[in-house]
Amino acid sequence: MSQLINLVLAFLQIGAFSFGGGYAMIPLLREQIQKFRWLTEGQFFEIIGISEMTPGPVAVNFATFIGYRVGGFWGSVLATSSVLLVPVLLVLLLARFYFAHEELPQVQRILSGLRPATIALIASAVFFVAQGAFLDVKSFLIAAAAGLLLWRGIHPVLTLTLCAVLGVLFY
Amino acid sequence: MLAQLFFTFFQIGAFTFGGGYAMVPLIQREVCEKKKWLTEEEFLNCLALAQSAPGPLAVNTSAYVGYRLKRTLGAICSVLGAVLPSFLIILLIASIFHRFADLPMVQAAFLGMRPAIFMLMAYAAATLGRKTLQDKFSLVVAGAALLLLLLGVPTFIVLVLAGAAGYFRRGGRNVSAD
Repeated sequence: MSQLINLVLAFLQIGAFSFGGGYAMIPLLREQIQKFRWLTEGQFFEIIGISEMTPGPVAVNFATFIGYRVGGFWGSVLATSSVLLVPVLLVLLLARFYFAHEELPQVQRILSGLRPATIALIASAVFFVAQGAFLDVKSFLIAAAAGLLLWRGIHPVLTLTLCAVLGVLFY
Repeated sequence: MLAQLFFTFFQIGAFTFGGGYAMVPLIQREVCEKKKWLTEEEFLNCLALAQSAPGPLAVNTSAYVGYRLKRTLGAICSVLGAVLPSFLIILLIASIFHRFADLPMVQAAFLGMRPAIFMLMAYAAATLGRKTLQDKFSLVVAGAALLLLLLGVPTFIVLVLAGAAGYFRRGGRNVSAD
């Protein structure tokens, strides 16, 4: 029961501060995961991989997966609704008061600080992922292959699948 | 109408890989071109608003479109539609994954995916960074935020500070939406 309450509070907080999309959520998510020992670092990587390869918003995928791990079906329902509650309420609130062409200057000023900060969030997530991603020479080869594929415009899901195949061949 | 909202966003949620940003062009095609629920201009306003709130862009966009057409009930139907496909798919995967997770082949596949995840994120950071960090203020905020994060300052404190920096910045009264 207390685990479910922790789950709700953690995902309410994650949702309320999730500016800048799925990747920018990773530092916040990692803090909560470490605090409550919900997952090992290896499992966290697995969930990031699975979320990337399935359709839909990454935030929803994370919440559903972690919620299920912690509290089964109801855990996933609670985590997913918690992560969306604050954002959806804010959108409805803004939609009521925000008229076409009239942008609230206060909101725009706050956002002008938040937007660059989300780049920092993604960059810090890149640092974290780098620590777990580069284990040996083979990892660097796979990273080079992934970079080449992405650069040639290959779809991320296909790139991930090909790198998974390389993993099976290499390890 | 409510059912239409639900199924439109359900279909969009079920077939878009790669997170919220990949869903936006699809939403635009369905909502503006096919269903003619919003004009292009209204849709751009809707995007600006969706980006002003935290949360997944696709979910926020669907909430706004639903609200515009059928108020709160419309928003609930659209959000449920947008979220349900990924919820069900992940639920299915999560419920069977533990049976396969420890197989050596599965472990090897995930080890191979790690460097690819790194590249995907580095790529996202680089492209978004180039678009966002175009003036001195943004560069300073991004640099300071990264430093604080790497020093272990909790994320929500960093975000509050960044928002405050934007709010109190000098000459910031005329900041435009982009």
